[in-house]
Amino acid sequence: MKALLRNVALLALAGVASTSGAEARETSTVLVGAGPYKPLFPASPSQTEVHVDAFRLDKTPVTNGQFLAFVSAHPAWRRDRVAGALAEPGYLSRWAAPDALGANAPVDAPVVDVSWFSARAYCAARGMRLPTEAEWERAAAASRDRADGSSDPAWRAELLALYSRPMPARLPDVGTSAPNFWGVYDLHGVVWEWVEDFSAAAAAMTSPSAQLRFCGAGAAGASDATDFPAFQRVALRSSLHASYALHDLGLRCAGSAR
Amino acid sequence: MRLDVAFAILFGGAAAAASSTPFWLRAPAPAIVESRTEQASLTFAPAVPLPLHRKKAKRVVVDIEVKEIVAPIAGDTTYTFWTFGGHVPGPFIRVRQGDTVELHLKNAPENRMPHNIDLHAVTGPGGGAPRTFTAPGHQTEFTFEALRAGLFVYHCAAAPVGMHIANGMYGLILVEPPEGLPPVDREFYVMQGDFYTTGGYHAKGLQSFDMQKAIDEKPTYVLFNGAEGSLTGANALHAKVGDKIRIFVGNGGPNLVSSFHVIGEIFDRVYREGGTAIDTNVQTTLIPAGGAAIVEFTARVPGDYAMVDHSIFRAFNKGAVGTLVVDGPPSPDLYSTETKTTPYAGDGAQAAVAPRGDDRMAAGARVFASTCAACHQAQGQGVPHVFPPLAGSDFLMADKQRSIDIVLGGLQGHVVVRGDAYESAMPTQGHLTDDEIADVLTYVRGSLNKGDAVSADEVGKRRAAAHTVTVR
Repeated sequence: MKALLRNVALLALAGVASTSGAEARETSTVLVGAGPYKPLFPASPSQTEVHVDAFRLDKTPVTNGQFLAFVSAHPAWRRDRVAGALAEPGYLSRWAAPDALGANAPVDAPVVDVSWFSARAYCAARGMRLPTEAEWERAAAASRDRADGSSDPAWRAELLALYSRPMPARLPDVGTSAPNFWGVYDLHGVVWEWVEDFSAAAAAMTSPSAQLRFCGAGAAGASDATDFPAFQRVALRSSLHASYALHDLGLRCAGSAR
Repeated sequence: MRLDVAFAILFGGAAAAASSTPFWLRAPAPAIVESRTEQASLTFAPAVPLPLHRKKAKRVVVDIEVKEIVAPIAGDTTYTFWTFGGHVPGPFIRVRQGDTVELHLKNAPENRMPHNIDLHAVTGPGGGAPRTFTAPGHQTEFTFEALRAGLFVYHCAAAPVGMHIANGMYGLILVEPPEGLPPVDREFYVMQGDFYTTGGYHAKGLQSFDMQKAIDEKPTYVLFNGAEGSLTGANALHAKVGDKIRIFVGNGGPNLVSSFHVIGEIFDRVYREGGTAIDTNVQTTLIPAGGAAIVEFTARVPGDYAMVDHSIFRAFNKGAVGTLVVDGPPSPDLYSTETKTTPYAGDGAQAAVAPRGDDRMAAGARVFASTCAACHQAQGQGVPHVFPPLAGSDFLMADKQRSIDIVLGGLQGHVVVRGDAYESAMPTQGHLTDDEIADVLTYVRGSLNKGDAVSADEVGKRRAAAHTVTVR
């Protein structure tokens, strides 16, 4: 069954490759080594670390050009054809047309205004998948020179400054920031990114009475009340629904290490 | 059922199933035909919406858009503010006790963060925060009944909450009692907040939020209405003599408690902490972080009144100052219209009570009495072998320029006056003005000896080269 799925995925990938056209740049992936991930909201007080297996992750966020190639190969994901349940009306709204990018969506800038469903479909077409929250956070915990930058206050302050900047009128091209320890670009401060299990963030932040924790209660149960960038990511994820398409939310894909 | 909602429920997502249509795609609000519903008129600080004068409770619609903006925090310093409505503080909301408030929170599509609103006027979990948690490019709708009268803070409560408040996400909502508040002539809206920037006070350029300073509760700025200068200079508040003034004062925090004070006024009435208890004749009122107060006073004397946090270094060194300008006729019975200043020599010396006149000799006598007589004695006779006499002094009269230098720079060494030797030293009197030195030397030379006058010009010429005169 797994082999069959992989074959289907490979076929889908081939489909993308054959129709992607000249504008879609190659996406290369890098290996993120196995190791621990410290969730902001541990599932239980004793489980402060989660083991993450090695996995492959796109070096850069998916670009407008790459997503246009996908939409061209899979017209069901055009914004004028997508089912409303799979993507809200803001889906790909910065593009000039359902099949054209235009000035507000540079070909090498990260694609945004994509729903979780469409992000999953894109990765599946490449024979890949969305990273899990643990995988994404494991990759993003790295500073430029360490696999875990969390003990470096300067690095955290830099992230907080990045996160504090308002969204620029034009998103920068992918891969223009410095790579981190794993060789991954643009994880912080460019766009937010979908993860496979984004809705777990809301669950993690939910109190026993099924209310999202707000105000001072937001810190209750958190493993590190000073990791403000992590709070911001969890808050953003917990505000999402799977059909949402935000101006500041894109994706990158992940796959198994082999 | 919408598929995404179904997904959220199936997979344990507890995200509130609030209205999820992007607001820019929504039809415009239908015209309000039902007289029991009205759109709230909102104002930004320092303005306050007009009193309601309503006999019945209504359904009141409040629209607030959250905007993340870069704006000046002081002079050449900018900061990324997160705001309700593009301003710090957010809009002033005025409703009546018993009103049903229908709040529409819109998170602008350009924003990066999810936001919500916790109104302290709400009775219910989170003050509305769980019902208004809103992703960028979406809006939520939340309804509550304003059960209690009072002045209440509202703020964003999204994680990390302290950062959302520190970035400016707060404002005030007034729930009027059914009979309204007593009429006054002017109402103002002032809200304090503390800010934490990576650079120091007045460091130029775009500043980022400094988490460690916030945790340490060491703000770079403490401000009224979100920026230094928002209530001073051209932005000062204005009133007239005789006006009854009401200020709705809030404190967003996130950390500091405010000691709110208007310099030169006593509050006639303070609605303590924004509730219904009223204190009278209050000098300084304490406003908790996440709290408010209503202060009332009558402007009686014209002039400038500074509003401060009387934790006074915050006013002097961190920006917490505003100005109320009161115009009108003076009230000399309440407050002097002139400043009378006279010299004061301190205890033990004869006070020189009259201002210096045209008579240099008389003026010199007063300077002598207050400055010289303690040592040289009232008639200039000196103390034998301790303080040399100035009256009939051959030493003094031998060199006019040297006498000026001695007063300016002091004297040390071996002095022989009228045959007696003196070894003591005289300190400089250079703190005296050229005029005062000319006066006193004219007096000493002309009245205690038989010499000519000294002009201020002569003193001025020697002052630049003033030094201690040493005699061997």
